[in-house]
Amino acid sequence: MGIETEYGISVTGQPTANAIVASSQIVNAYANFALPGVRRGPRWDYNEEFPLRDARGFDMSRADADLSQLTDEDLGLANVILTNGARLYVDHAHPEYSAPEVTNPMDAVLWDRAGMLVMDKAARLATAAPGGSPILLYKNNTDNKGASYGCHENYLMPRATPFAEIVRLLIPFFITRQVFAGAGRLGIGQDGHDLRYQISQRADFFEVEVGLETTLKRPIINTRDEPHADPEFYRRLHVIVGDANLSDVATYLKMGTTSLVLAMIEDKFLEGHDFMPQHPVREIHQVSHDYSLRHRLTLEHGRKLTALEIQREFWMLATRYCDEKYGLQVDDQTRDVLDRWGLMLDRLTTNLWGCANEVDWVAKLQLLESFRTRDRLSWNSPKLQAVDLQYADIRPERGLAAKLENRGRLARLFTDDQVLAAVVEPPTDTRAYFRGECVRRYPEFIAAASWDSVVFDIPGAPSLLRVPTLEPSRGTKAHVGPLLDSCPMAHDLVAALTANGGD
Amino acid sequence: MSMPKQGKAERRTGRETQTEDVESTADTANMSSLDADVDSILDEIDEVLEVNAEDFVKSFVQKGGE
Repeated sequence: MGIETEYGISVTGQPTANAIVASSQIVNAYANFALPGVRRGPRWDYNEEFPLRDARGFDMSRADADLSQLTDEDLGLANVILTNGARLYVDHAHPEYSAPEVTNPMDAVLWDRAGMLVMDKAARLATAAPGGSPILLYKNNTDNKGASYGCHENYLMPRATPFAEIVRLLIPFFITRQVFAGAGRLGIGQDGHDLRYQISQRADFFEVEVGLETTLKRPIINTRDEPHADPEFYRRLHVIVGDANLSDVATYLKMGTTSLVLAMIEDKFLEGHDFMPQHPVREIHQVSHDYSLRHRLTLEHGRKLTALEIQREFWMLATRYCDEKYGLQVDDQTRDVLDRWGLMLDRLTTNLWGCANEVDWVAKLQLLESFRTRDRLSWNSPKLQAVDLQYADIRPERGLAAKLENRGRLARLFTDDQVLAAVVEPPTDTRAYFRGECVRRYPEFIAAASWDSVVFDIPGAPSLLRVPTLEPSRGTKAHVGPLLDSCPMAHDLVAALTANGGD
Repeated sequence: MSMPKQGKAERRTGRETQTEDVESTADTANMSSLDADVDSILDEIDEVLEVNAEDFVKSFVQKGGE
């Protein structure tokens, strides 16, 4: 699994500044800092990208595609691979950090947080560059003026799982998981014209149930089918419906609970269970708009349940699934996700403010209500809108979520030292280890890399050597660590890989 | 709809009743659960909040993404 986060970007005092230029400055500043002395860092290898491939089994024609969907064309935009295995680049008009692949939700949180440090450092470097203007970055999903940008989750799934089952079960799950995964937003409607509070940053931007697009007519279930792995065995579920979270626990639960639901779907454990609402798009909006959590969704077969009740059913099913499948052998993290998920649903039901230390939308609402009470503000006060925006400012000295963390009012799952280490070190148990270590050890000899390849450029060699890394669970420290240690130079590694068939 | 059968189904029923009782969880007029620390947080936030909130919010204009 893994998380990609696009950051909101603004140049102080220049609301009309070119966001693509500013985003490029961010990425280039960090690349020069992280890979010093390397004239041109490893570029992205676009060979294996198929952004128009649909999981339902067909390709969209390039002529029919919106320009913004052609993400595989190298427009010369800044795009680098970091030693932790992440990709840092300009996606449309935003800087994006795509975290390295990890095997579990805790690691997903850790390397996503590392991305916040990368972005914070990058913004400071770009701001300090000669002629640079102050650039600010926000981990949010909308400007409240009609634009939205994403925090996408990716989950590796067996190709054999029927896509229709994924759609049938994930739509109700995604509509209702907002209750703990929402990041909170002051403003209703895509342009935020109605200054009331809602649970999710993203919900109002979803207009259809299923589709290939991510930038227009956004679908609750995205069908982009680029597995970045062997397509015969895997699909990559590309989830675009979620908010970017500041709270570690929210990210952790979002990834952990979604993984559990996917595992149940894979194991056909949810056959016969049906939570599909009659009007999914309307319901994703309505659940988000009712932060009393009392709204009842009308399901296809007539049942009326609140989002919390639907989540409670998913939780009960997941508990039973883990009991039956693993019994006492269940791993600690799965146990922890189940425990926290259940307790979270309890607290959301009985003690909303008690969730302010773990749920972004509750933490933000608490700040807004406190300001409203103290300063006697109405909901359309610009100050409250500023609080909403600045909650997501990634600077530790200015961001409001960071302020809450510093006071111990927003829980953290990792220490500063752990996050700092993840800025430079890759996860050890996926192919991200091979990618990141190659960039760290042999930066000047890596011509390009991508999720499923590392391309070496060895001086004197007749051609570039492309090492495919199609199997996400290979290239781990256990798998390639000793090999890398035995190859002080890139040409040693290439010779070894060529000799044993690129294994 | 097949319901989970084990003992937990009872818990759910109990919870539904409970939900009715505490419908006003988000009755945000009641801030009594907030502790005294909040005041000092608001003061700290006042110090870092952008001075001209209206301009600050207006000037945050993004292009689409993804």
